[in-house]
Amino acid sequence: MPEEEWKRLVTIGRERLFPCIQCGKCTGGCPIALVCKTFNVRRILNEVLYTEGEEVAHNKDYLWNCSACGTCMSRCPKGVDPMEMVLTLRSVLVEDGEIPAKVRDVLKSIDVRKNPWGMGKDSRTDWTRGLEVKNIADAEVLYYVCCTPAFDQRLQKVPRAIVKAFNKGGVNFGILGLEEVCCGNEIKRLGDLWNFEALREKNLENFKKYPIKQIVVTSPHCYNSFIHDYPGLDVEVKHYTQKIDELLTEGRLAFTGEFTKKVAFHDPCFLGKHNQVFDEPRRILQRVPGLNYVEFDRCRERSLCCEGGGGRMWIEAFDAKDRTANLRVREAIDLGVEVIATSCPFCLLTLEDAIKIGRYEERLKVMDIMEIIDLVLN
Amino acid sequence: MKLGVYICHCGVNIKANVNVAKLTKFAEQLPRVRVARDYLYMCSEPGQQLIKKDIEEHGLDRVVVAACSPRMHEITFRKALRSAGLNPHCLEIANIREQCSWVHEDRMKATQKAQKLLAAAVSKAALLEPLEEKEVEVTPAALVVGGGIAGIQAALDIADTGYKVYLVEKEPSIGGHMIQLDKTFPTLDCSACILTPKMADVGNHPNIELFSYSEVVAVKGFVGNFEVTIKKKPRYIDETKCNACGQCAQYCSIEVPDSFNLNLSKRKCIYIPFPQSVPACYVIDPDHCRYLLTRDCTQCLEVCKQGTNAIDFTQKEELVEVKVGTIVIATGYDLFDVTTKPEYGYHLYDNVITGLEFERLSNASGPTTGEIIINGKKPKDVVFIQCVGSRDKTVGNEYCSRVCCMYTAKQAHLVREKLPQATITVFYMDVRAFGKGFEEFYDRVKQEGVKYRRGNPSEVYRRGDRLVVKAEDTLQGELVEVEADLVVLASGIIPNKQTAQIASLLKLSQSPDRFLLEAHPKLRPVDSASDGIFLAGCCQGPKDIPDSVAQASAAAAKSLIPLSTGKVIIQALTSFVQESDCRGCGFCVEACPFDAIELREVKRGRRVLEVASVNEVLCKGCGVCASVCLSGAIQQKSFADRQILSMVAALGEEYA
Repeated sequence: MPEEEWKRLVTIGRERLFPCIQCGKCTGGCPIALVCKTFNVRRILNEVLYTEGEEVAHNKDYLWNCSACGTCMSRCPKGVDPMEMVLTLRSVLVEDGEIPAKVRDVLKSIDVRKNPWGMGKDSRTDWTRGLEVKNIADAEVLYYVCCTPAFDQRLQKVPRAIVKAFNKGGVNFGILGLEEVCCGNEIKRLGDLWNFEALREKNLENFKKYPIKQIVVTSPHCYNSFIHDYPGLDVEVKHYTQKIDELLTEGRLAFTGEFTKKVAFHDPCFLGKHNQVFDEPRRILQRVPGLNYVEFDRCRERSLCCEGGGGRMWIEAFDAKDRTANLRVREAIDLGVEVIATSCPFCLLTLEDAIKIGRYEERLKVMDIMEIIDLVLN
Repeated sequence: MKLGVYICHCGVNIKANVNVAKLTKFAEQLPRVRVARDYLYMCSEPGQQLIKKDIEEHGLDRVVVAACSPRMHEITFRKALRSAGLNPHCLEIANIREQCSWVHEDRMKATQKAQKLLAAAVSKAALLEPLEEKEVEVTPAALVVGGGIAGIQAALDIADTGYKVYLVEKEPSIGGHMIQLDKTFPTLDCSACILTPKMADVGNHPNIELFSYSEVVAVKGFVGNFEVTIKKKPRYIDETKCNACGQCAQYCSIEVPDSFNLNLSKRKCIYIPFPQSVPACYVIDPDHCRYLLTRDCTQCLEVCKQGTNAIDFTQKEELVEVKVGTIVIATGYDLFDVTTKPEYGYHLYDNVITGLEFERLSNASGPTTGEIIINGKKPKDVVFIQCVGSRDKTVGNEYCSRVCCMYTAKQAHLVREKLPQATITVFYMDVRAFGKGFEEFYDRVKQEGVKYRRGNPSEVYRRGDRLVVKAEDTLQGELVEVEADLVVLASGIIPNKQTAQIASLLKLSQSPDRFLLEAHPKLRPVDSASDGIFLAGCCQGPKDIPDSVAQASAAAAKSLIPLSTGKVIIQALTSFVQESDCRGCGFCVEACPFDAIELREVKRGRRVLEVASVNEVLCKGCGVCASVCLSGAIQQKSFADRQILSMVAALGEEYA
């Protein structure tokens, strides 16, 4: 192709940054900046403002450090979204092929298998073995499982517990089964707008095919994607904590067992900071008989990100001296809790890793809220 | 009918984009035009002389000026007409600047549009009728709403001129926020020391009638003749008898948070807000008093009976009507609610406080008698965070609060003075030290070893028993975690929460920042858009004390103009009713925002009908009535249907 005909697909949209006054509130709140000196969102914005071309994204390995937790976005006094700019710069890198090998594997897997984990499509429903789960064709509430809990053996307990609770609560739900594809939340945030678009189309097509009245999701990441990145979707979307809280409030579910541990809730960024779902998970935990609920000092809007978002499940931060999940686990140890409860597959994995790294297995566990519920629901 | 047309170049403002020579030639051939001229600045003295001379020499009876917006110079040209013996309402202005030369780039098209605008104005001018302006008497008294420093100053200035002032304050004492402050920047005067003499003057002034613990609930009328209803809340204490001996409070057993000290300490249920309160009279808190709630305690009553016997539980809410000629609004500000910024943990940590709380903490009459003590300890590390709730789009406050940079500098100085060993860090975005003596004061504070770090902190959290302020030091480009045992949030200021209520009561406008809107941002900064109502202090926008005082004196001077001339001219552009066409449907009565229209019974033959009737003194000439009238019976003078339709017709023509 002659050079003058070549036109870039991604434009950065510098004008979105014009209101920035370089106050530093973005970097000041950035969890990644805590562990990685070279990652400075404020400075990235300034560089983008100082330059002209999209090539400003090149040779910045640290752009892959962002975990898309949204802290900068929620704090900016001028309404600028620094996170979105970082993710846009990633799109430039994806378009220009400047992609770390591990990210490339994820994007390839998405393209071929519609899940980021390189797993065979036909193993997506393995987690249902021995359970009675309807297909959505025969139900009205879609339980959208998400790739990670469907494929990861450790996490499969979560959708299994959700199925049991929904059955007990009389929810007329079903799953898409082998038809389910990735929501694309992480793919979009890795900068691959093209693969994301394909996933969105496929999902919307799936959702149209069945008379779905409501979608309930396992992962806050899917929740966020459906709420914000699917403008055409007009079905109500709920995170499972919202649904379970509703079942408990309506008296359709009741806890009978006891869970006598000291528990703190770790807010997943895509549930809390991005979507202001703070109360439902806490209400559920506080209803569990015997559970001694405490709060992290950094909770709710000030919660510390676990670094599992924005595609960071598949790639380590460049230049980092530590992981924020390790900091979080140390906070839990200082707080004297026995269980960190959370409600996100990625938080569960990163925190569990951090517990192993810190050799705290004897003193501390991380559990999904559903795993606790499973123990007290008989 | 003889018309004169006057086309202004406005220097190059109009001439650069409109062919003025062509426009003048065009005007000459319009119907009834006797003379058409163009001139460099029509508003100048020689420009006006041109018009006056032509009126006299050619016997013109209607004048069209093609120039800037009528908002700018309509009054100028009306005066010129009057001085030449012509009725000032025989003037029509074609706006060929704001609505033409300034907004179009193509000179030819702009000239064509100017021709249309001019032709429309000429056709309307021929239909204009001379109008008479009316004069009404002015009630020689003023109302001042709000008893903070701005209201106090305005009230004193008006009263000192010899006019009666009604000063209404919603709290039990005047003093506003200024009486809560410790020292004032940059001079470090004691705030109460400089304010209390003025408060006492208000209390003693023969011309000031103070309504404390009261609110304005209704305002009727217009400039010169406002009728105001004031609601006096019951104090349950007779102001004329109470000598503020304080015996009652000693016997009262109910303790409640002291709002004067921002709930940092307790007060009794029967209380005086602070020792220098004006009026020096106790008040009973009706939400907590056991007698008022359950009638099971009469401790205060019994002790007061042995003294002045001032307590009176039979007091009821009272409505008082007063008549005034002018009104000064000085309703002040509220502090930004810092809990809407959860990242700073104000709602969680006792040692995160607001700027105003610091003032009470530092004040000798405050909860700690002026010692900086928090949680029983003197802090070693103090961090100030600026711009909390200011310059912040996400909470709807895009503006700078204008006082926080300097009050923070002052508070940093006070910490240095009281805790010489403490480390003091101020996190700022930009230091705005713009006033007289401000930059010098900022220098002095830095000289005293206060660390200024550029960066807007992102969060505050706990580590052990201390707080951590996390920020990027943007000059160093590095993330910092500064430990502190006292964090002061420089909370910005927002309009008093009753501003919207006051605005709707007095039909005032609010600017997008929710403060009250002045009539002109440059040239009428203390006038509201409503005649006879003036703005003083922070109700109009954030201000420090000297600016509030200056604006209050300005508002007082402005409000004295009608009072001292004794007369106001009621504008002639009112609506009027063609009774024979009126169906008495009352749509206009409902639509009128000024309650200027009512239905009146008239006899028509043997029948009695209702027709609309306009009170010309109340009518502001907004034209809403004419737009809702189905039969065209109600019309606005100089904007009647036939006048406007003739303009529309002229605009529709094509001109060479």
